[in-house]
Amino acid sequence: MSLNIIVLAKQVPDTRNVGKDAMKEDGTINRAALPAIFNPEDLNALEQALRLKDANPGSTVTLLTMGLPRASEIIREAIYRGADKGIVLTDRVLGGADTLATSYSLAQAVKKIGNYDIVLGGRQAIDGDTAQVGPQIAEKLGIPQVTYAEEIVDLSDGHVTVKRRLEHGVETVKAPLPCVVTVTGSAAECRPRNAKRVMKFKRAVSTSEKAKLSPEVQAFLDARPDLNIEEWSAAFVEADPQQIGLPGSPTKVKAIENVVFTAKEALTLDGGDDNAIENLIKDLITNHTIG
Amino acid sequence: MANFYTDNPDLRHHLNHPLMRKIVELKERNFADAESYDYAPVDFDDAMDNYERVLDIVGEICGTTIAENAESVDHEGASCSNGHAHYASATETNLDVCRKAGLMGMSMPRRFGGLNFPITPYIMAADIVSRADTGFENLWGLQDCAETIYEFASEEQKAKYIPRVCEGETMSMDLTEPDAGSDLQSVMLKATEQPDGTWRLNGVKRFITNGDSDIHLVLARSEDGTKDGRGLSMFIYDKRDGGVTVRRIENKMGIKGSPTCELVYKDAKAELVGSRRMGLIKYVMALMNGARLGIAAQSVGVSEIAYREALAYAKERKQFGKAIIEFPAVAEMLSVMKAKLDASRTLLYECSRYVDLYKVYEDIAKERSLTPDERKEMKHYSRLADALTPLAKGMTSEYCNQNAYDCIQIHGGSGFMKDYACERIYRDARITSIYEGTTQLQVVAAIRHVTTGTYLDLINSYAAQPVAEGMEDVKAMLEAMTKQYAEAVEKVAAVGDTRYTDFMARRLVEMAGGIVMSYLLLLDTARNESFARTARVYAKLAQAEVAKHSEFVNSFTPEQMALYEA
Repeated sequence: MSLNIIVLAKQVPDTRNVGKDAMKEDGTINRAALPAIFNPEDLNALEQALRLKDANPGSTVTLLTMGLPRASEIIREAIYRGADKGIVLTDRVLGGADTLATSYSLAQAVKKIGNYDIVLGGRQAIDGDTAQVGPQIAEKLGIPQVTYAEEIVDLSDGHVTVKRRLEHGVETVKAPLPCVVTVTGSAAECRPRNAKRVMKFKRAVSTSEKAKLSPEVQAFLDARPDLNIEEWSAAFVEADPQQIGLPGSPTKVKAIENVVFTAKEALTLDGGDDNAIENLIKDLITNHTIG
Repeated sequence: MANFYTDNPDLRHHLNHPLMRKIVELKERNFADAESYDYAPVDFDDAMDNYERVLDIVGEICGTTIAENAESVDHEGASCSNGHAHYASATETNLDVCRKAGLMGMSMPRRFGGLNFPITPYIMAADIVSRADTGFENLWGLQDCAETIYEFASEEQKAKYIPRVCEGETMSMDLTEPDAGSDLQSVMLKATEQPDGTWRLNGVKRFITNGDSDIHLVLARSEDGTKDGRGLSMFIYDKRDGGVTVRRIENKMGIKGSPTCELVYKDAKAELVGSRRMGLIKYVMALMNGARLGIAAQSVGVSEIAYREALAYAKERKQFGKAIIEFPAVAEMLSVMKAKLDASRTLLYECSRYVDLYKVYEDIAKERSLTPDERKEMKHYSRLADALTPLAKGMTSEYCNQNAYDCIQIHGGSGFMKDYACERIYRDARITSIYEGTTQLQVVAAIRHVTTGTYLDLINSYAAQPVAEGMEDVKAMLEAMTKQYAEAVEKVAAVGDTRYTDFMARRLVEMAGGIVMSYLLLLDTARNESFARTARVYAKLAQAEVAKHSEFVNSFTPEQMALYEA
């Protein structure tokens, strides 16, 4: 059975390397000051997609990302790891989108791709940490969603069986296809870039990147469709201008504050090691500190 | 995320050596493969870009997965049960990642599924892998046994086995036996020809690295009644056919992730490689030369990690109110470690380029006859590769042991505990100067090039090249050292006794090595001034070593040999 698999991915600022100029005065992220990387949990999602492809020869993995034209970098990265192709949804009018507008825009692009069996994405992106986009896309597409997926256990007979990693343990659920599955960081790590694929696809460029190249290189690329990364505009995916970008985003960032957690309470537990630890764990679970 | 390629600019420097253009253009036969393979380069720059990109993958995998797994692999180790060896679980992960990254069969031609990389970038990958996990480098690096199949096996055998190596099947070289270690002429494993042309192997092999591999190259006695090397042939044993069991694995001091096996062959089906009787004298010699270069790369990786661990600790550890690196005694140790590391690495890649050049000519000679000029060049590079391989293996493995020792010393008491990586590095380093021929055997191979003048010719060719501004004094030092070396060689030769030459061999080879590496660092400085400091530090070290050996040779009389006799 060959599947049409869509992986949603985002190019994010590497928040693990944050400097003091990471935020602009208006409270939004200064992307220029941070290295851009493949959102880590989207890589976990890509691995699940590639495993589905391995198990179902003839399947296609399409990476879909919304962002600046340079987001073609993560498409190349995905292709090096085994994805078949990628689409960058990029348009000035999409800028400034919150999760509502983003999920609408991406849902429109997913519809445009059409005929998909499963849509995979990371649980959340490390820049916004909302975990809202995946579920909202499912909502807008009117299809089921499975969040916190750690492993796709099975896909057959029009259903997908997914192991979910939850706060208190694991849960295995079954959902009809097509559906949206968001994958957590505890899932299998993504496979590495493959040497031959890197050499084969290193010249892959997006439409706007191609426009800047010499006529000879463009002619070479015309003869190699596999090296062309599509760029889609808002109009191409038939997005309603009122539901995208700033107009479509009710969320306004007022301010971002640095919150420092400080311990306020101290508790001394008596008893033998085993006993005291067990009581401590129970207390922490009860007051929702952990678990 | 750590990347062991990009965090080490010296690697890019060595990869971008001027001689690479010639190597790549010959290896790629004017980039003919670009017509039929979508991952083949179209020109020199494209090829170099490919090497860099692939080394970037190697660096990333090594800096993350393999380096992070090294401790658990060392703790868990390999095991043996039911006639088979089993890797530590993290070793399986490492292999899986390398396979998925397509890093197996790197130097094999594209028609067999390989990347068609020259030896130099492949050796660079080995250098990087060894820094991450020295024992794992063995398992990954045994892919270079495919080189022997490519060079000597039939087309049918190549088509059968090389694609499997490129897909990630592992290999082993089954040479050593309980009574045939350094002396491989004594191999006893018996090969018997069958009416159908296949062979059956019976006997025992010992100390076989990765001995439960998928595809084995086996040295066995095919000629009944013979006792020396001329009765030995080379065979391929395919694990899929069965017939070989792992009786036990060794409990080793280091490289614990690499299973060292005792193998029992019981009517194991095997295929002859090439011609009978050529097993040891031709094929194993080729196999060993490749393996020795591999061990030199492994040693450089060990020196690298030992230096880095020592440097990090010396910066962080505070005593008497300051970081210990600020004490001259510690700073000097670190500078010398760095100099030995840099000297080892420049020799390694000088050697790998020569290996690349003569091998590519040999390969071209299978397709068409070489021009007289090409034949001359092939002979020239072959001689240099032959001279530098034992020098590189011997010197880099000794240096990595010294660096591992000093790494512990810089850690002080903590270094003696199991808490830091340095104790593992120390244990892993120890084998490098032993396997694939001990340092003493490298000296035996190298002394020929002392007495016939290969090293002196090479040194003189280096001396004819321009040096960087401000490095003229170093060159003057090296010229004086060269004079001392030439005099010592003459003095030993004048005695006219091979036992005397053997006695002095280590000293003469070390003198040559010190001068060769000093010159290479001087030439590196001409291309890249960041080598200036290490070139000076190493030249000072080599100067003192040359003076020491020179003094010993000059003040020695043949009669004094009796003092050292058993």
